[in-house]
Amino acid sequence: MKKIKRVLSLLLALTIILIVSGCTAGTGAKGKKAIGIIQYAEHIALDQAREGFIDALKDNGYVDGENITLDIQNAQGDQSNLSTISDRFVSNNVDLVLAIATPAAQSIAGKTSEIPILATAITDFEVARLVDSNDSPGRNVTGTTDMNPIKEQIDLLVELVPHVKRVGIIYTSGEDNSIVQANIAKEVIEDLGLSHVEVTVTNSSEIQQALESIVNQCEAIYIPTDNILASAMPNVYGVTANTKTPVICGEIGMVRKGGLASLGINYYDLGYQTGIMAIDILKGEKKPADMPVQAPADYDYAINGTIAEEFGIAIPERLQEFVFEMEE
Amino acid sequence: MLDILMGSVSLGLLWAVMTIGVFITYRVLDIADLTTEGSIAMGAAIAARGITMGLNPFLSTFLALLGGMAAGLATGLLHTRLKIPALLSGILTMIALWSVNLRIMGRANISLLRMNTVFTFLEKIGLQKTYASIILGFVFVGVLVVFLYWFFGTEIGSAIRATGNNPYMVRAQGINTDTTIILGLIISNGLIALSGALIAQNQSYSDIQMGTGSIVIGLASVIIGEVLFGSRNFMGRLISLVLGAITYRIIIALVLKLGMPANDLKLFTAITVALALSLPVFQKYLTPLKRSVKGVK
Repeated sequence: MKKIKRVLSLLLALTIILIVSGCTAGTGAKGKKAIGIIQYAEHIALDQAREGFIDALKDNGYVDGENITLDIQNAQGDQSNLSTISDRFVSNNVDLVLAIATPAAQSIAGKTSEIPILATAITDFEVARLVDSNDSPGRNVTGTTDMNPIKEQIDLLVELVPHVKRVGIIYTSGEDNSIVQANIAKEVIEDLGLSHVEVTVTNSSEIQQALESIVNQCEAIYIPTDNILASAMPNVYGVTANTKTPVICGEIGMVRKGGLASLGINYYDLGYQTGIMAIDILKGEKKPADMPVQAPADYDYAINGTIAEEFGIAIPERLQEFVFEMEE
Repeated sequence: MLDILMGSVSLGLLWAVMTIGVFITYRVLDIADLTTEGSIAMGAAIAARGITMGLNPFLSTFLALLGGMAAGLATGLLHTRLKIPALLSGILTMIALWSVNLRIMGRANISLLRMNTVFTFLEKIGLQKTYASIILGFVFVGVLVVFLYWFFGTEIGSAIRATGNNPYMVRAQGINTDTTIILGLIISNGLIALSGALIAQNQSYSDIQMGTGSIVIGLASVIIGEVLFGSRNFMGRLISLVLGAITYRIIIALVLKLGMPANDLKLFTAITVALALSLPVFQKYLTPLKRSVKGVK
């Protein structure tokens, strides 16, 4: 009996805390539009997309605490947390959700078919079943894709390393986005009459050995946008510096940390572009169902001058303006 | 606000199936089985693949259960036949399952948005998704608890329980402990995969990384259940696991609710779980205090 009482009182206490905290942290403020941001993991590209989104709102007169309230939640890579965060947004009945990365978008899209959802950093909206089609989403989800200009990246690789015969590819086997990109890259490489050698990893501890197994078999390495490899670029640099094998990356952030060059998406701009879409929705002028999924407006070149010099790579005249020095 | 509580209950019930699985290895068999991280993702993978291939969602979920049992069998054989320590056997199967799961899904992420899942038929009769999953979760957990209570009362079930307590005694009774360990691992991982299948259908996608951190969630739920709702009889222990899993989800909802800076989420989760677990210790300090106050009167 005593035990039951204790258990009941504890459950009651938890419930009360939940309700009280709900009243204080809730988004019930009058007249302000509530925007929930659900981010899958802490990651430089995803963080930049979030900042770009928030800045786009700010530049258009939507300021957190003034006329909108932002509820920024990060699942820290734990997918079960995505569910709880989605429940929170649906329960608070926010006016708009920004979902960053595929699992986050799928999680919130599975919980509501009414709240408008903008998603960014999604490689393929159709495959993720977030939209009926990219041109006419037809539901409550739309947004911006971060599909890489892979063809252009491989062209850049050939331009910088003209003697290349075989391209090494390394990526994480557990990331759907990476697999899709690696497959496209392989096709592009073969179309150019080159050959490839690929190796995959499942976590960052495997990167060093995986890379060492291919650096001597290829003249250049291609890495798609890949969360695990993005975090391990200093390690990639450490291995490739021994053989002076240049690395072309899927995104610019990776070049800063040890790659040679990239032609890639600027995630801040991508987030900003998503923010502009949000404004149309917030004003009530458009609905996600009728807003086509947008591709990045343009891409940025980035060339790591420090590494180019160290590896003895000549930078063509037209790309000189994109060269920068690596921070130590 | 009620929605969030209900959301925690619905998710907690689905994770309770997994918590019971972890309990069977961790407490009943006294083995820390890391197969969990692979088998939960395997359950999700099989269910998602089955559903996208057009199989009945209940059949897909059942296949997931069988897949998890096979994973448990693999760990059991590594441990008993090849004499690899239990912890390592579990790790080996977990690593192998990563590739197996990728093969099953054919890719790293399968979306189940707008697919026919086990929850769909309840939603069709007008129930909200959360309540549909609470009802179905309740049915699954209820049936499981009753079944396991019965099973662990049978001769072979009692032998499995005894194996974790005192293997020498069990062997002295003429029972092969290898068999009981393998059986325990099969049941445990079957349940964990079943849980993974249900969670994937509830969150509307299956992802290869779904298992990451799941063993910690499972162990935390087991211990929260024991500390807060613990009981001596077996039925009570099973129920405490379900309550433990739900409490864990409420704690997470609470931490998110408090609006912590995103980067501190994990730290505060750990602190809150630690606080919940140390409640009995505080109670011990409080009780003599109350008595002394009464004594003064």
